[in-house]
Amino acid sequence: MSGRIERKFRALAERGEAALIPFVFAGDPTLDHTRRIVLELESRGADLIELGVPFSDPMADGPANQRAGARALRAGASVAAVLGLVSDLRKETDIPLVLFGYYNPILQYGPARFAADAERAGADGCLVVDLPPEEAAELRGPIREHGLDLIYLLAPTTSLERARRIARAASGFLYYVSVTGVTGTRAELDSDLEPRVREIRTITRLPIGVGFGISTAQQAGQVASFAAAVVVGSAFSLLIEANPQAPERAVGELAGAMKAAVRASASASVRAVSS
Amino acid sequence: MQSYPDRHGRYGRFGGRYIAETLMPALVELEHAYRAARRDPKFKAEFERNLRDYVGRPTPLFHAANLTRRLGGAKIYLKREDLCHTGAHKVNNTLGQALLAARMGKRRITAETGAGQHGVATATMAALFGMQCEVFMGTLDIERQALNVFRMKLLGAKVTPVDSGSRGLKDAMNEALRDWIATVRDTYYLIGTAAGPHPYPWIVREFQTVIGRETRRQILAAEGRLPDLLVACVNGGSNAIGLFHPFIKDSGVRMIGVEAGGLGLNGPSHAATITAGSVGVLHGARTFLLQDELGQIRETHSIAAGLDYPGVGPELAWLKDSGRAEYATITDAEALAALRTLSETEGIIPALESAHAVAHAIRIAPELPREQVMIVNLSGRGDKDMQTVAGALGTGLKE
Repeated sequence: MSGRIERKFRALAERGEAALIPFVFAGDPTLDHTRRIVLELESRGADLIELGVPFSDPMADGPANQRAGARALRAGASVAAVLGLVSDLRKETDIPLVLFGYYNPILQYGPARFAADAERAGADGCLVVDLPPEEAAELRGPIREHGLDLIYLLAPTTSLERARRIARAASGFLYYVSVTGVTGTRAELDSDLEPRVREIRTITRLPIGVGFGISTAQQAGQVASFAAAVVVGSAFSLLIEANPQAPERAVGELAGAMKAAVRASASASVRAVSS
Repeated sequence: MQSYPDRHGRYGRFGGRYIAETLMPALVELEHAYRAARRDPKFKAEFERNLRDYVGRPTPLFHAANLTRRLGGAKIYLKREDLCHTGAHKVNNTLGQALLAARMGKRRITAETGAGQHGVATATMAALFGMQCEVFMGTLDIERQALNVFRMKLLGAKVTPVDSGSRGLKDAMNEALRDWIATVRDTYYLIGTAAGPHPYPWIVREFQTVIGRETRRQILAAEGRLPDLLVACVNGGSNAIGLFHPFIKDSGVRMIGVEAGGLGLNGPSHAATITAGSVGVLHGARTFLLQDELGQIRETHSIAAGLDYPGVGPELAWLKDSGRAEYATITDAEALAALRTLSETEGIIPALESAHAVAHAIRIAPELPREQVMIVNLSGRGDKDMQTVAGALGTGLKE
């Protein structure tokens, strides 16, 4: 294991604090912007960054991330270019970096080559939306061999029994999809969310991150009271879209507000995870 | 020969279930529901009764004597799927899946559509069985298939325009999947072709093999023997796998899938996925795709909206790998010419999709001996394409 993800969650748990995990597409609107955005996010309290690897046909993404992914593709964010960005970022920061995308670009790059190059670049893990554990064998082997984490999604439709099987195959953390739907901002959190996350916590020792639909500091604080991490994506994609010249500031401000809310949130849950 | 799909939903190295976690439980549920349904004599009887009384099956196997004479080679038969209710083979599958949806207690069905034939067939089933229906369709296809859009609306379906990507079938499928991710608890997603994640390619094949089973019986009655060649257009490929599958073990029967060559294979404007593509993962399955070297899906082109998809059903990909089926391509211009030829010689106007199969028959029949028997799957009728054809021929509909 590169260990950055595990160390980060352990350190946060000791402080009784949930992680803030911003998601941004690498290359939105350019790779250099993303480098500056990541550094800004870190300075505003982000604990781990998910870097989106864009795909032409993102079937689990809503309009905001579809547009963001299209901008990143136009900026030339291939798998190789994203790994290049990771490599550049590693010269300036030690923040855990997780690559988040769809399988086909990784498959064309070559799963073994991808894992080797991701390790060399300094990435810590990856999450592939359309690669459930049943199909993941050809990527899981190389990913483990190179000490990276393969992170899986759990959904509201996932049974507890299935969640248990997925948790056994996962490392790093588990990503619970907070809505039955695609990515995008939502006005309200699902009323089922907290009981579901608490239920899943009973079957695994892995930290549970919650994402899809969280867009405000208030929602982030709420989720931080029962989950080990809060993932925020589309809200950042929309801010980048609205501030294409210098997105860092707006993105940083939202992250700062979110991290403050997360810190303020009593998180007995996180302490429980560390025990 | 190994029987596919295996228990992982694979056909050789193709197929599988590459899908977001939200949909995985629904796909497992669908697989179980279908396994139970296919063993239930009542389900089978209901399907067969509707195929006969509502769809109008069996469809004829017609000896195209005029076309055969004109080409002077192999004896050509046409499997007349164009005579199915709603005008194409698509309805065989939508009927089966709608019955399955009803059995599963789903009240809302959704579909993606390219040419609109699958959308019309799905809207038809929704009307027949009293279900709510929403069809996703690329705005480019909405423009070129206005007649089918109107039909769907008349049948009570909601047609949702999809303006993303290349505004075609691929993008309609993305949007249908996104909708399903949000509505999976009460919606049945009715895929129109033998593609997508397991168990869809299997389910669609099973409902479409009625084409091949009838054909087999009919040709044995007409010729007293099996055919030498089967020809069908291929994109997703449900009409092709439906015709081919009951003949897979008959090694003497050649099977030829005809892909959309569009403006020609030397440029990017085609949809010849098997002939010119490479293996990748899209819309839940590992199969041949038209993609760039970075794994991004390419825009495709065909004059036939129903062939304008950058993937292909996994079983047809496996038939390529195993060498059991051959694949050829036909350009837009050749398909148009074939549409005219068939119209003039036999009084049958084929769909532009089916015209690709006809065009390949026209290309190879003259070189084959007269004793050979060739069956062309005439998967749909051409009414929906008249505007496109008139435009391509440089006339208007009014001339």
